[in-house]
Amino acid sequence: MAFLKSYFGNIFRALRSLGKGMKLTGYYFTHHKEILTQEYPDNRDTLKFGERFRGEVVMPHDESNEHRCTGCTACELACPNGTIKILTKMEVGEDGKKKKAIEKFVYHLGMCTFCNLCIIACPTDAIIMSHDFEHSVFDRKQLTKVLNKPGSKIVKGVE
Amino acid sequence: MFSFSSLTSVINNYLNSHFSPTIVMLMEMAIVGVLAISLFAFLGLLLVYMERKVAAFMQLRLGPNRVGYKGTLQTLADTIKLLFKEGFSPDASDKFLFSLAPILVIVVAMLLLAPIPFAKGFQIYDINIGVFYISAVSSIGVIGILMAGYSSNNKYSLLGAMRSGAQIVSYELSAGLSLIVIVALSGSMSFSQIVQSQADGWWIFKGHIPAVIAFVIFIIAGTAELNRAPFDFAEAESELTAGFHTEYTGMRFAMFFLAEYINMFIISAIGATLFLGGWMPLHFGNLTMFNHVMDFIPHIVWFLGKTFAIIFLLMWFRWTFPRLRIDQLLTLEWKYLMPISLMNLLLVALIVIEGWHF
Repeated sequence: MAFLKSYFGNIFRALRSLGKGMKLTGYYFTHHKEILTQEYPDNRDTLKFGERFRGEVVMPHDESNEHRCTGCTACELACPNGTIKILTKMEVGEDGKKKKAIEKFVYHLGMCTFCNLCIIACPTDAIIMSHDFEHSVFDRKQLTKVLNKPGSKIVKGVE
Repeated sequence: MFSFSSLTSVINNYLNSHFSPTIVMLMEMAIVGVLAISLFAFLGLLLVYMERKVAAFMQLRLGPNRVGYKGTLQTLADTIKLLFKEGFSPDASDKFLFSLAPILVIVVAMLLLAPIPFAKGFQIYDINIGVFYISAVSSIGVIGILMAGYSSNNKYSLLGAMRSGAQIVSYELSAGLSLIVIVALSGSMSFSQIVQSQADGWWIFKGHIPAVIAFVIFIIAGTAELNRAPFDFAEAESELTAGFHTEYTGMRFAMFFLAEYINMFIISAIGATLFLGGWMPLHFGNLTMFNHVMDFIPHIVWFLGKTFAIIFLLMWFRWTFPRLRIDQLLTLEWKYLMPISLMNLLLVALIVIEGWHF
């Protein structure tokens, strides 16, 4: 009897789990609102991105052309393939002290693997991943970008 | 009212009044051949498109939607592409068998079309052992697959072909046993008589639970005989690249592809004819009014509706279930389907002897 019980129990459980799977795909088949595909070149203006989509590294600047980068080179050290190069300079602050600041934040997009390690390493959240992904250019030189805008300064209070 | 039987008899009478019987026979054969080939081409295009769309919607995708209205011309474009491709065969392959295999597979699919009744009196060959003929001829198809795998001189092809052989030898049994259930209930092997016997209700309703069990087993075994997922061991993309048709290109590959979809149509048509009444409208014993309303729907619509319902079911299976392991495949057949269908057949024999079915 125990054998028969497990035999028919197996059949019953198998049918139930198959039914569960078919219910889900049947639901997807009848509910077209759930479709995830985006018809990319047609919907360029209304593209939806996931929260964690990694397009390229950018350095956000506020209205007064200030960024949050201290030039600590944590991102440069974190980068596994030398994508980031930070050129620093010494600046004299308001209190007369000398202080390190960035001159150029060089980002080689052509070498970047979008691993996100620089963003994790950054102590001041100066750099983020943007959602811009249309990177193709006709000259490789255009892939080397300087992320800090000319004449930009560090936000006050970020050390 | 228009019916296919009057159309066929008009053509037959017209030809008989102008030509000698031998010529008439040959001409009718040619007409049927042209019709069958055009049906094949049309079904191939339609079913591939349907499969891609169904698959897409079940996986939250859109599917083909660029060529033609909602991608309807996509399969036509693919076929034209395949026509222009080089018919390549590997160096050390058996060239004769390599070219023969796709033709054999497609010929078997054509032979299977013969006894299927599309509408009343619209049947290529009303053979009196139709069910037996179907189960006999359908097993020749595997020889084509074995031939393709053997002649390709490729380990993946050979493995896929051998798996397919093991699979079809196993699943033929339970498919045949579930067909015998209906043969026992209707008392005939001829497809036209089986359809006639369902005039007062389809066998899946009249045959109580055994008919339902037989239908489920037939669908499972049919999926296995078609080499479709979850039983697609012969191809198994992730394991054997493309299985038995790894080395095939161009139109030869298209032949295998076409035969796969035609076989799906035929298995569904057989399932619809035996279990769901074929072209017979939905009738319930004494509801005369209801039965008359149902009679207004043409037979061909009933037949195609039921067939495509089963085709959709097979596609639903394919895009839901993961592939089995080879030992699970054999366990399913020899430990579950086979004993259950034998017991089921015994039960049906009892029902038929006692006359319990309606």
